[in-house]
Amino acid sequence: MSILVNSDTKVLVQGITGHFGAQHTRLSLAYGTQIVAGITPGKGGQRFEDKVPIFNKVTEAVEATGATAAVIFVPASFAADAIIEGVNAGLELVVCITEFIPAKDMILVKRAMRGKKTRLLGPNCPGIVTPGDGPGSQGGCRIGISPGYIHKKGHIGVASRSGTLTYEAVWQLTQRGVGQSTCVGIGGDPVNGTSHLDVVKMFNDDPDTHGIIMIGEIGGTSEEEAAAWIKQYCRKPVAGFIAGATAPPGRRMGHAGAIISGGKGTAAAKIAAFQDAGIAVAPTPSHIAETLLKLM
Amino acid sequence: MNIHEYQAKLLLGRHGVPAPTGVACDTPLKAKDFAQELFEQGQRRVVLKAQIHAGGRGKGTFKNGLKGGVQICGDAEEVYERAKKMLGGTLVTNQTGPEGRVVSHLLVEAASDIKKEFYLAVLLDRATSRPMVMVSTEGGMEIETIAREKPEKILKEIVDPAVGLMPYQARKLAVALGFTGDMLHSASKLFLGVYQTWWENDASLLEINPLCVVEQPGGKASLVVDAKMSFDDNALYRHPDILAMRDLAEESPLEIEASKYTLNYIKLDGNIACMVNGAGLAMATMDIIQHFGGRPANFLDVGGGAKKEHVTAAFKIILGDPNVRGILVNIFGGIMQCDIIAQGILAAAREIDINVPLVVRLAGANADIGNKMIAESDLKVASASSLTEAASKIVQAVAQSPK
Repeated sequence: MSILVNSDTKVLVQGITGHFGAQHTRLSLAYGTQIVAGITPGKGGQRFEDKVPIFNKVTEAVEATGATAAVIFVPASFAADAIIEGVNAGLELVVCITEFIPAKDMILVKRAMRGKKTRLLGPNCPGIVTPGDGPGSQGGCRIGISPGYIHKKGHIGVASRSGTLTYEAVWQLTQRGVGQSTCVGIGGDPVNGTSHLDVVKMFNDDPDTHGIIMIGEIGGTSEEEAAAWIKQYCRKPVAGFIAGATAPPGRRMGHAGAIISGGKGTAAAKIAAFQDAGIAVAPTPSHIAETLLKLM
Repeated sequence: MNIHEYQAKLLLGRHGVPAPTGVACDTPLKAKDFAQELFEQGQRRVVLKAQIHAGGRGKGTFKNGLKGGVQICGDAEEVYERAKKMLGGTLVTNQTGPEGRVVSHLLVEAASDIKKEFYLAVLLDRATSRPMVMVSTEGGMEIETIAREKPEKILKEIVDPAVGLMPYQARKLAVALGFTGDMLHSASKLFLGVYQTWWENDASLLEINPLCVVEQPGGKASLVVDAKMSFDDNALYRHPDILAMRDLAEESPLEIEASKYTLNYIKLDGNIACMVNGAGLAMATMDIIQHFGGRPANFLDVGGGAKKEHVTAAFKIILGDPNVRGILVNIFGGIMQCDIIAQGILAAAREIDINVPLVVRLAGANADIGNKMIAESDLKVASASSLTEAASKIVQAVAQSPK
């Protein structure tokens, strides 16, 4: 078991013929992910590397292949359109990798998604991986840009706002022989589709997830919300890390959402919320896996 | 990106939001001439406001001794004399740091006869993913202070982005601030204009503090007396007019240089520089330097692949900061393998001539090979197998280095 995706999930790629989309489609195919379709308007009828059929529209691809998930690699100025196209085609999951989407576009996207069944992951995220049991965790489902080989099939759920910091934590687990159920990147933007809390709830309900790692960073109150819920309802051990204790207020630290503004979103406040909720806080990014394993 | 007060008032003006009559001037003579016009129109006092991207101007001090980045003058000669001291002067406020900011423009405005002050802001409410209009009767105070001391004095109205701020919501806020009669309507109209200015320009924050009720010859009116505006960098591509307002003199030269190479660099005041791939890991690396007793000199994300040309540019920028006494490179080789990354780092380090201790930590695919390449190179660079080891090594090396 896992959350959101598994080895049966059929995935279509929006922006499959772009450089970035093509590179990661190849890696996902090699990992064993069921990439069943690509979307590049104007290239419908062609095939990606003689394998994956390309369509002009998401609805066509869904009808022809039964895809239920999409991953978006299109440039920022086209991303809002791509997300809403996926949502209106009735997909269950849309994973948006694209970075630098204007916040206003995402405000409108979320408004347009109201009442729709689609879950959006991201934008500005590394994607989602449910490891398989082959070598280098192949045979699972890799959607996005995470390196597949750092994973290992197992029972820890990982939720994070950052890419490489997630790889760091996942790699720490794998090197200790501890596998993951699913690793979810929720993205570093101020407006995103899925929150820490959404992911933690799914992990809590997933019988195959036995422990949770939640990685946050400065900005917003997503970590605090998740912590408040965990305190009351979570039945599984949770360890966390918050990046940005040394970040100055008022400056955006790389991620559009990583900013302390109006005195809100500090690392200190998030760490305090974690501690109050009984979440074990890793003292450094090197201790994330260890901190969780001590609780197990 | 931030803009100056006078530029924000210009944008607000395009949406019908009134501010005192004023003009930005870059010479004392221009300031005097415009002030003269205002005096001739019957204005009794004129205010000179230093234009810098930092708050606390009123209580700031110029390095030449002049107190106050906001000066009120009673005649044109006084305007000329004060402007001469302010323009080209360096203003230090509680937000500029001790180095201060050079003032190149003054906003010369008719001084208002202020009866009441309010706070008004439009920003993104991250909890709801919607725009939010925020008002308070405690104008003139910093919002952080109001939020801490009198949170009940802050009123928030969440906006449905499908329809924008509705007039009834604007009226609700105006009533809450105590507006009545004709003033209720003019204040509501002002709120709608402020919201439009925020929305249509892809602003991230538009803060009016204070919004004032002033006494004018024609009666009472609401005016924007000070405005602060910043923009969503991701949306600047569709606002060339706003991009043209960028004032490079307000930005750190190293940060401007970094942006040319699409490097995300933020200068801090420590002495251990770091170079990392990914924003979250970059923040975490700064944190671990502090955890071991060091102080980070910067935030720097070299991007996913950490390619040679990026690394070379990054080393140059890092070393452009005279405080830097050591460098920690922390790369998680995900898609790109660590031996390739090690080659790039070594090639860049060879090209640059790095004269401070350098510790490199690589993790991910082929990390062993990469770390071995670093350890065995002829350059003065140490490798580390874990981030903990890397951070403690660089903190120690810097503590032991001369100076």
